[in-house]
Formats: sequence, C-alpha cells, structure tokens
Amino acid sequence: MRMVLVFILLFLVTARVAGEMTLSNPEDEQRFNDLSKVLRCMVCQNQSIADSNAELARDFRDQVKEQINEGQSDAEIIDYMVERYGHYILYRPPFNMATAILWTGPFILVVVGFVMVVRTMRRQEQSQAGTNTRQQARLRELLEKSADFDDKGG
Amino acid sequence: MKARYLLPVTVFLVIVAVFGLVLYQINQGRNIREVPSPLIGRAVPQFELPLLLEPEQTFSSEQLKGRVSLVNIWASWCVSCRYEHDLLVQMSRDTDISIIGINYKDERADALKWLRDTGNPYEASIFDYDGRAAIDWGAYGTPETFVVDQQGVIRYKHTGPITEEKLRDEIMPLINKLREAGDTA
Repeated sequence: MRMVLVFILLFLVTARVAGEMTLSNPEDEQRFNDLSKVLRCMVCQNQSIADSNAELARDFRDQVKEQINEGQSDAEIIDYMVERYGHYILYRPPFNMATAILWTGPFILVVVGFVMVVRTMRRQEQSQAGTNTRQQARLRELLEKSADFDDKGG
Repeated sequence: MKARYLLPVTVFLVIVAVFGLVLYQINQGRNIREVPSPLIGRAVPQFELPLLLEPEQTFSSEQLKGRVSLVNIWASWCVSCRYEHDLLVQMSRDTDISIIGINYKDERADALKWLRDTGNPYEASIFDYDGRAAIDWGAYGTPETFVVDQQGVIRYKHTGPITEEKLRDEIMPLINKLREAGDTA
C-alpha cells in the first residue's frame, strides 16, 4: 500500500515537472503538431509555440493538447486563442482590411518592380537609338566637311 | 530635379519618415512589443479560483462586478513586478479603488513572503497556480494590469509595469470617469 502511494506521488511529481500532457493517438499528435506551428509564442513573438521553450509556450501547448483531448476542432482551438490574444497570435493571419497590405504587398512590389524595369529598359533603348542617329548625323557632317577640305586642298 | 528621380526620392523620404516616427515613439516610451488586446470592451473571463491568503475560500469572476477595480497579474518571481509594486501599495493606501491580484504561476509560500516583505496592496489575490486563468485574460508578460468596470467589462489593459505617468494620465482618469458614469446610471 505504501509503495503504491509513493508511486502515485512520484508520478504526480514527474507529471508536474514535465508539465506536458499526453495525447492518445497519432492523429491527435499530428493535429497538435500542425496547430502548434501556426500559433505564436507571445513572449518570444518570433517563434511558434512548437519552437519555443518559454514557459508560456509550454502552457499554450498544454492548453492545445487539453482541448484536443476534449474533442474540440482545430477551428475551435484557434478561435479560443484568437479570442484571448487577437489575430497576432496566428502565424498565418487571416485576410481582412487590416492585413490587406501584408498579404498583397509583396505582389504589388513585384508588379511595380517589373513595370519599372520594363520602363527603364525601354528608355535606355530609346536613348541609345537617339545617340546613334545623332552620332550618325555628326559623322556624316564631318565626312562631308573633310570631303570639302580634300577637294579644296587637293 | 529631374522628374524620373521624383518617385524614388519620395518613396525613400516616406520610409525615412516612418522609421523616424517609430524611433521617436520608442524614445517617448512606446512599447512596440505591446499587442492590442481583443478583450477590451468584453466581459472578464469566467473563473473561480482559491484565494492566496485564504486557500479554503474561492473568488469568482462574478465578484468583480458592482465596482470599478484594478486587476493586476503578478508573481514573486517576476522581476518587473517589483518596479510597479510600490505604486500599487501607494495607490491602495491613498485611494479606495479595489485592487485585485492574480498571483500567476507562483508557489504559495514565495507569494506570501513577497507580500509580507513588500506590502500587500491587494484587496484579494487569486491563486492561479497553473496559469490557466491568466491565459483566459490573454496574459503574456507579467505584470499586466486591467481596469474592470462595474458591469465586469474590461476597459483597459497595460502590459508591463505601470508607471507613475500611466497611472496619472491614463488609469486614474479612466477609473474616475467610469465611477462617475456608474453613479449617474
């Protein structure tokens, strides 16, 4: 009887130290892994709760596991976190007015860059063509002049 | 200036202006890590937890109703909580605002010793041993301070230690406003 009590106590102690809840099947593990990659650790801010060793990240992971064990869907778990911490907690922010620039910005920049490259290239082509005609005119002029000179001198 | 330089130079100046503005704000004490809480304007999260000083008694979210209170998440291990502690003690002495503490992931003995050593500004301290209640409050960096109105709605949140200026310029005016509104209602 005593041994059993000691064992229970030991188990409780280790459970407290490890602080990590367990999941019952591989599908749940997979869901947990996916979820913990899209949730941000609010303390470290540039790490997901999967990557972070911060105390809070560990609590978030436990929270997610508990909710998975309770049978909640991914959407419900994400909603739970967003309700408390805002969209900032998501590594994949939803598309809305506030995040429109975030999502479309890179594409707009690529398009703007492309337009600028095309315009610059066209302008260079034109100015090169311009120099050529001007240079040719000047060349002709010089040639004519020297021809005159030859005529007069010769 | 040639027209073709106009666009790049304008873009560059705008970027410089934005950087300059943010740097200026940081210089003025803006915390860029602060994330706006979606909980403002919403009811406090439901909870019922034991008290730190009287473990056999519990404190529930319902008990926050009926008066304006300052809810402060703290821990004895939290270094920056020390910076604001004197302010809270002073506030509890000079005003009749109820300050409710949420003792976050602390050992009871450590927390009690901290209150004995540095003074206890809290009308009640809730013992949140596993930190779950704090997650419901959207906490991510202790200390955190909330203003809760008479209906139990969160009106304000500050992450990090409160300063004299914050207290004077933001928290006290808000509490006074909420109290007046509550009296006339």
